[in-house]
Amino acid sequence: MENNHKKGKTKKFGMVIDLDKCTGCGSCMVACMSENNVPFKADETDKRLSITWMLVYKFNNGKAHPNYDECYLPRPCMQCEGDHGHSPCVSVCPAVATDYSHETGIVSQIYTRCFGCRYCMAACPYHARYFNWWDPAWPADMEKYLSPNVSPRMRGIVEKCGFCFHRYQLATDKAYYEGRDELEEGEYQTACTQACPAGAIIFGDLNNPEHMVHKIAQPDAKHHGRPKNPNAFRLLERLGTNPKVYYLSSRKWVRDSGDNYRPDEK
Amino acid sequence: MDLDSALWPKDVQRCSFPKFMIGITVVTLVLIWGVYAALLCWFKGLNQTNMNDYYGFALWIWADLAIIGLGGGAFFTGFLRYLVKKDELKNIINYAVLIGFICYSSAQLILGIDVGQPLRGWFIFWHANVHSMLTEVAFCLSCYFVVLCIEYIPLILENRQLDKEPFFHHLSHNMHGIMAIFAATGAFLSCFHQGSLGGVSGVLFGRPFGFREGIFIWPWTFFLFTWSAAACGPCFTILVTKLTETISKKQLVKPDVIDLLAKISGWMMFTYIIAKTVDTWYWALYTAPSKGFNWAFFYSDNAFYGPWILWLEIVICGYIPAMLLITKKTRQKNATLWTAIILASIGVCVNRWALVLQVMAPPVLPFDTWALYIPSWQEVATTILPIAYGVILIMISYRYLPIFPQERELNPITN
Repeated sequence: MENNHKKGKTKKFGMVIDLDKCTGCGSCMVACMSENNVPFKADETDKRLSITWMLVYKFNNGKAHPNYDECYLPRPCMQCEGDHGHSPCVSVCPAVATDYSHETGIVSQIYTRCFGCRYCMAACPYHARYFNWWDPAWPADMEKYLSPNVSPRMRGIVEKCGFCFHRYQLATDKAYYEGRDELEEGEYQTACTQACPAGAIIFGDLNNPEHMVHKIAQPDAKHHGRPKNPNAFRLLERLGTNPKVYYLSSRKWVRDSGDNYRPDEK
Repeated sequence: MDLDSALWPKDVQRCSFPKFMIGITVVTLVLIWGVYAALLCWFKGLNQTNMNDYYGFALWIWADLAIIGLGGGAFFTGFLRYLVKKDELKNIINYAVLIGFICYSSAQLILGIDVGQPLRGWFIFWHANVHSMLTEVAFCLSCYFVVLCIEYIPLILENRQLDKEPFFHHLSHNMHGIMAIFAATGAFLSCFHQGSLGGVSGVLFGRPFGFREGIFIWPWTFFLFTWSAAACGPCFTILVTKLTETISKKQLVKPDVIDLLAKISGWMMFTYIIAKTVDTWYWALYTAPSKGFNWAFFYSDNAFYGPWILWLEIVICGYIPAMLLITKKTRQKNATLWTAIILASIGVCVNRWALVLQVMAPPVLPFDTWALYIPSWQEVATTILPIAYGVILIMISYRYLPIFPQERELNPITN
């Protein structure tokens, strides 16, 4: 958790997900599992035992037809910074098996360091962290399709979305080879972003005013990155987690569904 | 003359060796069942449990926190005996230490089974994150367990046959002489590990049910856990003492000793439960609403957690035992004393339950649902394992060690 970033070069990679465009097709989930060697079981009926780094939630406005409306909400890891500089999960890990990078704004997970106490899972309000209850296994032929860039995780440890960090490493390696310091916006994109057929997911550097994510979300640095765009919101803003995933919707009820409100506030 | 009577403390009566062995065998069978379940978890993994990604903390962590709270009698009685100089408590301190030893060794065993990669357990010391409450728990718990071992060793050396060896006799005598230092160390360490266990849920700012404000880095639950362990731990010590007296059919500790410990415990409970009420009130009026929740939300729309748990913890297992213990008349009456110590022991367990399992249950995302959980038999067996281990250790210690200094005087052998 050292604050060793160099001024002017720090990135805050983040996402904007347009919920009005999301059709709930699940391509982002499939792409994520494939890209990151996420294992699966023969029986995945109990979703609270399934590993889904990217998970699409479905909810509705609670009204009857013809006023019924519904929404699909893809939920990756929020890469929280915390309003006070502490991510909910990073600060509780007893063995520094998860860390916040001030260079990229990404919360890492060190699989060989984690000893499986699951305190980080208890701390995460988004349920973005998953435990390997079983040994990872794939059908025999599928092992040939595993990505060589991502290490599979062993039983007994926690794993989560890292914004396809290996892609960032590959992109920076390429840029270094070509004698560049900075990446182009399109050079580092997550698998879910590229897989979304509706173009609902946009990824980039929230610190870079040229990037689309910055232009759309308009993060307010004075208020822990809260969006200035009136149609944008972040999940559970009131908890002070300071996440880097912004959601976009023109529907008020969808925006209101992003946080908890007491009956007297509604 | 019994087979092992030469090992008994001097001038006391014990049950026959076959009867003792039958008892040991029965409890050992339960122990083996627990060991089998624990081995399944170690070799097959935590898929043997009913935990899931919503319930990463479950029955074991509750059991862990509960037995550490109940084992708080060791540090607080030691504090009263050696530092506050309540000399009468020398007649129950041995048993408090033994109960503490059982509770803390059990807690460490449970943690060893609970983690997904037990062989990496040492990472918590080697790669320690000073910001984590669990790091503080690990360090203070381990250090305090060493203190409890140091406190328990002289008791073992006082066995009639071991005591004949001059080296052991002098070692035991000298260790007793410096015990105040270890008692003080134990009290210091206990304040921190009891507190940091309270902080485990208190720092979770993403979990509005468990989160609490506090002073500097310590949430209020940090102080409440230490306070409740000091209040309810001695009650559990008295409870186990009374149970031992009932099973052995003899009085082992004089009533004035029990009365003193019960009285102090009662006042600790009374002050603790007021603090707990204020904490709950503040959380309900300010903390939860500031996160967008009405307090009642956490006690409704689910099949298990209703307001009853608040009443049970604060009124039935809080104010009632506190009042029974601070009132001389009820404290000195056997039935009401039993009621008070049982309720107090349940109270600390309910508190730990709420701050482990209930924290995991309510939805935080507005479009999510409650998550309830029922433990698997492997979890239940593994949780019963330390109880069986504790019973065995008490049976052996009571039979062969002079745990109760007043036993001879209270139960003279007449031939």
